[in-house]
Amino acid sequence: MPNPTRIRAQSNGTSATVRVLMAHAMESGRRKDAAGKLVPPWHIQQVTATHNGKVVLTADWGTAVSQNPYLQFVVRGAKAGDTIGIAWTDNRGETRSDAATVM
Amino acid sequence: MTTPPDRALTRRLALQRSAQVAGLLALTGLVPAHAAVAAGRAAFDAPSVNGALQALGAGAAPLESADVILTAPDIAENGAVVPLTVSSLLTGIQSLVILVEKNPSILCAVFHLSDAVDANLSTRIKMDQTSPVYGVALMQDGRALFARKDVQVTVGGCGGD
Repeated sequence: MPNPTRIRAQSNGTSATVRVLMAHAMESGRRKDAAGKLVPPWHIQQVTATHNGKVVLTADWGTAVSQNPYLQFVVRGAKAGDTIGIAWTDNRGETRSDAATVM
Repeated sequence: MTTPPDRALTRRLALQRSAQVAGLLALTGLVPAHAAVAAGRAAFDAPSVNGALQALGAGAAPLESADVILTAPDIAENGAVVPLTVSSLLTGIQSLVILVEKNPSILCAVFHLSDAVDANLSTRIKMDQTSPVYGVALMQDGRALFARKDVQVTVGGCGGD
């Protein structure tokens, strides 16, 4: 099981700024390990963000998103107490989904 | 008005390749039957900025626009972590796209927006070398509006030699 995604969502009453830090190696497939062998690509391909269960943002990612990806976005109408969920799927089919409460 | 230059391949060739890749992926069953998903993945192999945008469904040639704002550092000391923000106050944006012209994989990320999120996203990307970076707003009517910024990279972050 991959490490949890860190989610922080802060509302100003009319919208909430969501900051997400996913734990993932995001190997591009071009890096070589100590033995000089290419490390195979391993990266998040799809990210889905939800607000109270409703999908508000989806993303398709390539290999060029940094290791332990950071994502910040603004959800309109999200108030304190609402739930923000983040789910991702990588190219090996591993998934992880986490949720946080808007503050 | 400027359009991003194609590298080595023509747009037509790029489109053909993209379609071929999408077809192959669909055949192998690696990609769900959802057509948009297949098209989206094919765009990641596009050999040019224009090719990638076309594969994502951009109808017209991309136009540079002051309404799309790309915030990126002038100099990125570490190409493995380059912070970017793409934003726009336009309405009718379908998706925001980040492309790095000189990366091995030009298309970096595609964000599909809903009415419930602002067109204002920040993330961190990898850059192989000094390159123009494009933040593109794909509009619901098929237009592609972009902002461009040259980012100088001191140490490449893609792991290649």
